[in-house]
Amino acid sequence: MSENEKILKSVTSGGTLIIYLDGDIDHHNARAVRQRIDSKMFIGRPRELVLDLSRVAFMDSSGLGLILGRYTKAAELGISFRVVNPNRQIRKILDLAGMERLVRIETTSAI
Amino acid sequence: MEIINELRITFPSLSANESFARAAAAAFIAQLNPTYEEVADIKCAVSEAVTNAIVHGYRDTMGDIFMNIKLTADRTVRIEIRDRGCGIPDVTEAMKPLFTTDPENERSGMGFTVMENFMDKMKVISTVGKGTKVTMTKRLSPVSRMKG
Repeated sequence: MSENEKILKSVTSGGTLIIYLDGDIDHHNARAVRQRIDSKMFIGRPRELVLDLSRVAFMDSSGLGLILGRYTKAAELGISFRVVNPNRQIRKILDLAGMERLVRIETTSAI
Repeated sequence: MEIINELRITFPSLSANESFARAAAAAFIAQLNPTYEEVADIKCAVSEAVTNAIVHGYRDTMGDIFMNIKLTADRTVRIEIRDRGCGIPDVTEAMKPLFTTDPENERSGMGFTVMENFMDKMKVISTVGKGTKVTMTKRLSPVSRMKG
C-alpha cells in the first residue's frame, strides 16, 4: 500500500472534518500522512478535526508524533481535535504516552 | 536455556524495511503460538528499534541493520537489533521519555519507552562512531491447550 492510500477517505459534515486513516502508521509513512491531513485542515478550516483510527491495524511512536503534531496545529488554528476508535493495541500506546491529557480519545460507532 | 530456533536478517536502513522487520519478527515467533497482544507488543518494539537505527543511527547516511531473534525452550523471545551508525553519546538521556533529537520531524521521543514497556527487558549498548545494539527479551505466556 502506498503512503497516499493511508488516508482511506475524508468527510466534512457540519463543520467537522473526519479523516479515516488506514493500514499501518509508522515512520515510513507518517510524513506523507501528516502532510495530507494538514493540507485538508488548512484548506478546509473546519471547526473540528477528527482522526478515525478504526481501520489502522498498527501504530508505533511515529503515530504519537503524528497525533501530537496535529493536535498542536489544530490548536494554533482554533480547531478542536479528537481521535476516535483506536484498537486495543493502539490504545495501549496512547495510554503509555499519556495522550488523553491533551487529546480527547473516544470509541464511537457513529461520529 | 536451550535455543530452539534462530533468525538472522541483515537489511539496509531504508524506512520501507520497518514494516518488513516487524512482519518478519511476527512470522518467526508465530511458531511459539503467542497471543495476539504478545505479537502486537513485539512488532511495536521491533518497529521502534529499527526506526531508531534508521532515523538516528544512520541519520543522513545509509548502512546495514542486523536483526537476530532467538527462541528458547522456556518460550523466551530474545531480539537483538544492531547498527553500525553514529552511536548515542548519552544512552541514559536518550532513554528518557519524550527525549528526541529530531522534534522538527515530529519524533515523539517515546521509542525507548515503548520498547521498555512492551518487552520484559531491554538493554542498550552504544559507542559513538561505532553503532548501537538494542537487546530485548519477552517471555511468552504458556500455551493454553484445548480440552476434549
